[in-house]
Amino acid sequence: MATISHDDVRHIAKLCRLSLEEDKVEKFSKELTSILTYIDRLQEVDTKGVEPLKSVTGLTNAMREDAVRADGTSPDALLECSPLPVVDRQIQTPSAHG
Amino acid sequence: MGNISSLTIAQAHEKLRSKAISSVELVQSCIDRIEQVDSKINAIVHRNFEEALECAKEVDAAGKFDHPLAGIPYLAKDVFCEEGVKTTACSNVLREKDYVAPFDSTTTKRLKAVGAISLGKTNTDEFTQGASTESSCYGVTACPWDTERVAGGSSGGSAAAVAADECIFALGTDTGGSIRQPAGFCGCTGMRMTYGRTSRYGVMSMASSLDTIGGLTRNVEDYALLLSAIAGQDPLDATTSDREVPDYVSALKEGIKGMKIGLPKEYFIEGIDPQVEAAVRNAADVLKGLGAKITEISLPHTQYAIATYYIIVPSEVSSNMARYDGIRYGHTPLRQSSAGQAEEANDLIDYYFKARSAGFGDEVKRRIMIGTYALSAGYFDAYYRQAQRVRALIKHDFDEAFQKVDVILSPVSPTPAFKIGAHENDPLALYLEDIFTVSQPLAGVPALSIPCGFSKENLPIGLQLTGPQWGEDTLLKVGYAYEQATDWLTKKPAL
Repeated sequence: MATISHDDVRHIAKLCRLSLEEDKVEKFSKELTSILTYIDRLQEVDTKGVEPLKSVTGLTNAMREDAVRADGTSPDALLECSPLPVVDRQIQTPSAHG
Repeated sequence: MGNISSLTIAQAHEKLRSKAISSVELVQSCIDRIEQVDSKINAIVHRNFEEALECAKEVDAAGKFDHPLAGIPYLAKDVFCEEGVKTTACSNVLREKDYVAPFDSTTTKRLKAVGAISLGKTNTDEFTQGASTESSCYGVTACPWDTERVAGGSSGGSAAAVAADECIFALGTDTGGSIRQPAGFCGCTGMRMTYGRTSRYGVMSMASSLDTIGGLTRNVEDYALLLSAIAGQDPLDATTSDREVPDYVSALKEGIKGMKIGLPKEYFIEGIDPQVEAAVRNAADVLKGLGAKITEISLPHTQYAIATYYIIVPSEVSSNMARYDGIRYGHTPLRQSSAGQAEEANDLIDYYFKARSAGFGDEVKRRIMIGTYALSAGYFDAYYRQAQRVRALIKHDFDEAFQKVDVILSPVSPTPAFKIGAHENDPLALYLEDIFTVSQPLAGVPALSIPCGFSKENLPIGLQLTGPQWGEDTLLKVGYAYEQATDWLTKKPAL
């Protein structure tokens, strides 16, 4: 049976870039345990020799010209969506190095 | 004559063409209806009324109503990008500095090109993640038939809006039942398309290998008209097929004599509401009376569909939600907002934590965490790979079944619309509501949801018709024949 402990939740949340209040750690620990316990039934299915299904369309390698299209939107309109300051057509983020 | 906002696409088109009504009148009638009833159901989250009236004026001035959708007002689920219109996926992540898309989704672009008129956006579970519209940052959408109950989800706003006559049709998305289940709960017509039949371009993704684009309409004929306008290959979505789009409208009236219809025994199980089972079995009798042959079939891996779905979906969710980092769009922790006080960020990683933690709701967080766990080192084979293998077996079940029958008939959901808050503290119970609608996406096949009766509480019951890959025309034909032989559509919710 899958058990997702409080520490597991904290670790997973960190990988997800999510910070959780302590009461949420408790809540998610219970919920994730119950969901993953339910999902454990997949282990009882005999899948020996079964290829994993990755796509249902049967399409492979849909190719197109690698060309710049001007009919979609503009770089300025996309920059306008950012909530952060835009300097010299670049989004100014907090420093990556602290 | 009732309010013209209750017309079907076909009826409205006829009146527009004969100049009995104008597009402005039709749009205004929908706006009036929204103003009148939406406070009771909360189906609409962004209103685009002034623009819509301007567009209607232009369509009226051009005076040409050649296309069945010309001058017809619609609403789109809040995940369809439309240039200049707010699109927030009903999430605080995009609600702050309301995201205004700088481009059009292929579907809304195609609708615009034929003269259909966008009225605004409908409520959905946050990023379409839910089955009740309860995870929306704007609050739940109520079922027009009983406002203490949910409209279903995630396309609950679209279904409720169509049922409440707030628009002529609406757009939705279906990943695991998000069009079919709310259509069933609200008494409208909705279809999940074959994956690859309609373009996903410009629609915010939830689970990319399962997401499909479709709509909600008042009847099957309207669905055929809508589908004819939106189906087909799109160079901007490499997973769309170049397969020819059939003439859905002319296929409608071919009749179903001699057609083989299968009832999967795994879909009539303990826990299903007896009223739902009775309504679906009655529908089988109606189809038999129209000349179809009914046989029992088996889809043996049905019991594993939910578990498979809730590994594949959260895995893909965890990847798709990574883009919401507060940099290119949406919520920033550096400004005060309804999602929290203005904060400082020590560095970029700290910024990500703050932007995402305040922006996402619990259901999205839950899925991101399950997905991240399932994809993490040491668990990948046991969860994601195993789920993909079981997915192959589920698809094989359908392949086998369609060797024997043309269409599979089942309920859409085990019960009619449930009470708001019924599954508040039990996310697993809410996942299990999807039991009849998650197999089709895993197999990549289309399925139609149409009304087939009412419960004693006067709630609509949905009938699900599942077809083989690319079999939308067959489903519409069966749905149309059933609709002509029954009169469920004459009933309207009292709002």
